[in-house]
Amino acid sequence: MPGRIQSIERAVAVLRLLDTADQPLELHEIADTLGLARTTTHGIVSTLRELGLVGQMHDHGPFHGRYEVAEAARLFGRGGPDPHELRSLAMNWADSLAAQTGLAVTLGVPTRADVLVVHHVFRPDGSPQRLAIGQRRPLHASALGKALLAFASGGARRLQGSDLTAYTQRTIRTHQALAEALAIVRQDGLATEDGELEPDRGSIAAPVHGTGGLAVAALAIFGRRDELFDGHGGPDHGLADATKATARALTRQVQTLW
Amino acid sequence: MVAAIDQGTTSTRCLLFNHAGRMIAVSQREHHQHYPRPGWVEHDAAEIWRNVERVVPAALREAGLTPDNLAALGIANQRETTVIWNRHTGKPLARAITWQDTRTEPMIEDLAADGHADLIREVCGMGPTTYFAGPRLRWLLDHVPGAREGAEAGDVLFGTMESWVIWWLTGGPDQGSHVTDVTNASRTMLMDIRDMRWDERLLGLMDIPAAMLPEIRPNATVYGSCRTVVPGVPIGGALGDQHAALFGQTCFSPGEAKCTYGTGAFMLMNTGARLATSPHGLIPTVGYVVGDAPPVYALEGSIAVTGSLVQWFRDSLELIETAPQIETLATSVADNGGCYNVPAFSGLYAPRWHPDARGVVVGLTSYVTKGHLARAVLEATGWQTREVADAMNADAGPGLALTRLKVDGGMTANHLLMQFVADAIDVPVERPFVMEAVSLGAAYAAGLAVGYWADLAVLRSNWHRAALWEPAMDPALRDAEHANWNRAVERTYDWIRPT
Repeated sequence: MPGRIQSIERAVAVLRLLDTADQPLELHEIADTLGLARTTTHGIVSTLRELGLVGQMHDHGPFHGRYEVAEAARLFGRGGPDPHELRSLAMNWADSLAAQTGLAVTLGVPTRADVLVVHHVFRPDGSPQRLAIGQRRPLHASALGKALLAFASGGARRLQGSDLTAYTQRTIRTHQALAEALAIVRQDGLATEDGELEPDRGSIAAPVHGTGGLAVAALAIFGRRDELFDGHGGPDHGLADATKATARALTRQVQTLW
Repeated sequence: MVAAIDQGTTSTRCLLFNHAGRMIAVSQREHHQHYPRPGWVEHDAAEIWRNVERVVPAALREAGLTPDNLAALGIANQRETTVIWNRHTGKPLARAITWQDTRTEPMIEDLAADGHADLIREVCGMGPTTYFAGPRLRWLLDHVPGAREGAEAGDVLFGTMESWVIWWLTGGPDQGSHVTDVTNASRTMLMDIRDMRWDERLLGLMDIPAAMLPEIRPNATVYGSCRTVVPGVPIGGALGDQHAALFGQTCFSPGEAKCTYGTGAFMLMNTGARLATSPHGLIPTVGYVVGDAPPVYALEGSIAVTGSLVQWFRDSLELIETAPQIETLATSVADNGGCYNVPAFSGLYAPRWHPDARGVVVGLTSYVTKGHLARAVLEATGWQTREVADAMNADAGPGLALTRLKVDGGMTANHLLMQFVADAIDVPVERPFVMEAVSLGAAYAAGLAVGYWADLAVLRSNWHRAALWEPAMDPALRDAEHANWNRAVERTYDWIRPT
């Protein structure tokens, strides 16, 4: 197979991002989500606009200047990988991450409103556990959700206008705080959730990227807060590195297909 | 570290396992399938040996290890695949006849017609079938020039694949050990399943020279030391692949069972010291033998068409592009819509025994969509598992019943299917971390023989649950669906007319 053309991969990722975002996005939001330089992003978006696949808002309303996918390009459809194929690819990686960390592992994919858990490996200690496959996780209060918001779903703006449900004292409640948290997620390539969904539990997640940089899934370990985080609230370095490394390995495999 | 060689039907692999039973590295090479005539399937044993010579060093390289790091090496192999070779040159006299090959069918029919079925059943635990390696050996002796003369003169040796691999590893023409293990030997139709020796009556009946047979050894015992590939490493274990999976899943107590889901499925239940008889047509077999301990027996039930039905759905009906997509399609609907698929593609085997049956899809109405068909395809594996489980519960013996089922193999990635299996058989289904149960079982046997692992309890403590599916179906619905499945199966009977 001849090598794939990176700029086309990136253009498709931009289209998919704009298609999944509920609202038009600003240039910097597109660039940040896909991890691209602003100038590169501008070039791609301008070209797509001239080709009629992306529209720019000129209504002088609140979205003035932002970009959205044009009707002509919606034929690309949802375009994400089949969640069960993702699980099939992830089985060995997830098993290995759980064995390595001694913690439970989940794989989540983005939906319009939340995260769908498509794979779950028990923590290997024989304790009673129930499969969470098919369950939903909130975008703003789970590590899976934050990883996907940061790298796939259009950032904090995605949830603007909707209430951020407070599950615990520690749940992020304001859109400003969420935007700041997602900036850190993008910078670290890692999302954390520290007692924000259940009081004593937490989670660490890393994105699984398709070609072009758009995240197609996120991989998370979860356990007790004291297992995952150090005294200063930062994620345990070993666990964070293991999660990122496994997500990278899965990314390499996923990118041979998507 | 312990190495396992998995000499399988399509490929030969080497996997390395650490003390916790975690897989550290894997290397794999496929070999050619030869189809010289319809129903014939052959392998080149020399090609398979060359692949062994490559995959073991490749796995060590991947893990950054040397042979010095290996405590032992174990072998699991495709069962009943038969090879004969010259002990002075190491050359096979013909291609190996594989377990899928049906050329011995007329011989099996003759044995039954001549009234030998009772003797064979008495000695081997099961009447004559094309499963066994012995008739394949007889075919080779009858058809390969020089085979019989060579065998009688002691120049030609017989083996299943573990014998072939061990003989080469331990020196080949230069004093290689000619041995087999009890599980592979139990599938020859030549071994007494009670005293674990070649049976002279059956050797006489099949006209097979005793001089060409390997020595029968336990599964976990030191067979010898490698003199090539990984010189100095002791060979500590050998088992047929399904027995290896039983061992790898640590089904060490009577009543414990595993099912490996691949293109077909194989369920084995530990029946302890008791050799079960099976009126329902399951196969009583040797489970495993550890060192000098008494044999542990097992009951085996196989399902011919499981993963291959999904492949048919993908490749012949083209309703999906990849096998995992069947779950996506099946979850697009809430139930089977009244549709049932019985994949009796080449008749029905245990426990129904209807070679005249052929597959059906029934219950079609204008309401049924491809989503319902996808459900019916997955449910067929669940109900077939139920049939084998019911037969096991009936035949395993007093006090033995399936209370959990340990699963492995590629289809365990299908969540919907595993939940349905649990619902159909009404016991919990659980998946361990290491899905490579076959290779792990070979490694466990080998490591046990050299003391790398102390005992079975240590191996059992290595088994960790990665997923558990609890039965959740309403009992009334289960019974109604089971009844529908049975009615669907009845509609497959008598399709092929006697010629």
